[in-house]
Amino acid sequence: MIDLVKEISLKDSMIRLFEAQQALIGKNDTSVVASRRQDAFNHFKKLGFPHTKMEKWRGTDLSRALTQEYTHYLEPFQQDVDIENLFKCEVPNFETYLVTQLNGWYTYRNSALKTLPNGMIVGSLAKAFEFYPDLVNKHYGQYADDSTDGLIALNTTFAQDGIFIYVPDNVSVADTVQMVNIIDLDRNLFVQARNLIIIGKNSKLRLVQCDDSIDHRESFINSVSEISIGENATLDHYKLQNKDEQSTLVNTIFFDQKAGSQLTSSAISLNGGIIRNDTRVKLGGPNCSANIYGLYLMDKDQHIDNQVFMDHASPHCDSTELFKGILDDHASGVFNGHVLVRKDAQKTNAYQNNKNILLTDKAVIDSNPFLEIYADDVKCSHGATVGQLDSEAMFYIRSRGISETNARMLLMYAFAAEVVNKITIPELRNRLDDMVKKRLRGELSICDQCVLHCNSQEKKIKFKIDMSRI
Amino acid sequence: MPNNLTKMLSIKNLKVAINGKEILKGINLEVNAGEVHAIMGPNGTGKSTLAAVIAGRDIYEITDGEIKFKGKNLFSLSIEERACEGIFLGFQYPVEIPGVSITNFLRTAVNEQRKYRGQDPMPANEFLAKMEEKKNLLEIQAKLANRSVNEGFSGGEKKKNEIFQMAMLEPLLSILDETDSGLDIDALRIVASGVNKLRNKDNAIIVITHYQRLLEYIVPDIVHVLYEGEIVKTGGRELALELEEKGYEWIRKGL
Repeated sequence: MIDLVKEISLKDSMIRLFEAQQALIGKNDTSVVASRRQDAFNHFKKLGFPHTKMEKWRGTDLSRALTQEYTHYLEPFQQDVDIENLFKCEVPNFETYLVTQLNGWYTYRNSALKTLPNGMIVGSLAKAFEFYPDLVNKHYGQYADDSTDGLIALNTTFAQDGIFIYVPDNVSVADTVQMVNIIDLDRNLFVQARNLIIIGKNSKLRLVQCDDSIDHRESFINSVSEISIGENATLDHYKLQNKDEQSTLVNTIFFDQKAGSQLTSSAISLNGGIIRNDTRVKLGGPNCSANIYGLYLMDKDQHIDNQVFMDHASPHCDSTELFKGILDDHASGVFNGHVLVRKDAQKTNAYQNNKNILLTDKAVIDSNPFLEIYADDVKCSHGATVGQLDSEAMFYIRSRGISETNARMLLMYAFAAEVVNKITIPELRNRLDDMVKKRLRGELSICDQCVLHCNSQEKKIKFKIDMSRI
Repeated sequence: MPNNLTKMLSIKNLKVAINGKEILKGINLEVNAGEVHAIMGPNGTGKSTLAAVIAGRDIYEITDGEIKFKGKNLFSLSIEERACEGIFLGFQYPVEIPGVSITNFLRTAVNEQRKYRGQDPMPANEFLAKMEEKKNLLEIQAKLANRSVNEGFSGGEKKKNEIFQMAMLEPLLSILDETDSGLDIDALRIVASGVNKLRNKDNAIIVITHYQRLLEYIVPDIVHVLYEGEIVKTGGRELALELEEKGYEWIRKGL
């Protein structure tokens, strides 16, 4: 355990920490992991932490989070805890294969790395470094570019553990895999979580990634995932974020799609201090499709930042982005959608849309849908709306006898439902539908039996959206 | 017409403007229980404005006059209170509300109206049975329950859905704003026969239309001609026929 002191900058602390503990940090490294780590360290030294003068970080200010004192664990602890004592999934009838990380480290439960009857390997990334070096060397660090983003470089510099999933070719995984990342500690924690997920040809996987925190400390989770989707494979991916207001979560995912593969990824953000979802998709072969959806309901001083980089590197691919959000109080949001259609990516269909409802004049959204097109035979569109609730619709609903408050609620719920309805796992959709309703009514607290359910009942926080101020 | 007239709607010298432009220039109208009134007139003459003002749309400036409903001053009631008192507006352009199912929408509406009247919410099974009953009454075959309100509906479906809502809410006064517009003859017949089935001695209906075609199916007791913000002629059923024959030019010349 290393306490990062405040006297020197967090950047310098991290650099000193790595220089001093390099051997320990890299003790499980494969040749590729070690070389990525070294490159990343050099990048981090050069780049440092992101700041608001950088175009991609203009709307998200990490300066407060970067001046906290943090603890950084370089060795695992608490790996033998029974996670069920901390966490119980409350989605009714939702059968999942659960993998958990506690304070950044994989929790073992029965074993650190398991091969299931269908050939799927699931477990700790640190163990995968040890037992599956060939797989790791082929994929690790191949998709996550850390040469331009200091946080990604930092993650690769310090990455020690996280979740590893390998689905062999031609396997349709029956159970939904649920990755749960819990922070529960009595000190401020800085976590570099790293996940590597490899999906073979013609295989199918459903993945639910839950981020939750139990304590009320200033945790900072810097998570990087690399997800390789093989030829004609399908990934259905969900991110559920219901965190407390002190937390900072930067969740960067690199999806690498091979020909004919299909990706749907939805980020549902219901609470959080600062949340940044950075989604980068490479459509690396013909006939891929990628649907990236997001829903965010934020209030108080919460901040949500959704970044999508859609790289149409091959012809005949389709991509759709739909992000919708409701911001109340002083909440702020950013949407940066960048679609790049490369010269050879003919017959591309790319759609981008970001719709926002601001409930107060203090709430802010910075929306930048952006198309960069070098091919000439493409269909692309983008749009962004910022508004209040539709007054025609309000009149229509009220003219049936429904009160103004309930009419607003119905419209906000309907606004959010467009994204919720895209969830294809029925149990999860029903549950999220419920959570969104509760969130809009102001009844959802982060520890209220939501997607995650924890034991610390007394730590409830009340969140609300004030309907009277639309 | 019944002998003992129960006064329902009473409009006196109603003047309404929008953005400073006067649209209604002193409307007087009395509607009693059991009556069907038709308001006819050319485009842009204030028919829809009158309907919207009665329902409580707040984008207009009321510059003079009063509207009483069952003796209550409507201007002191909100949109939803007017609905709960028994006023229903069938929209010319029903609004699409994606994400809100018809069932959820109507159940909320029915129960809020019941709450206003001091009644308990309608039990779910009773509500669903009522939906079925009204669907059958109006010859609606479509599976409405899980569809979003008006979303992706054809013009005809939207109008049928308005009448369906009217059937579910059982209002005292229904104002049907150009319910016939955009309907083919079959849809018109179904919508009109639905309205006729909902007609009884205790409720009243105001039908707003351009054409007398609809009035062949929904036969009015009284016909008014609204022209440039004023009711310029009132008569019986035959007035509609005369209008049809002579056109609005006839009204213009008569003024």
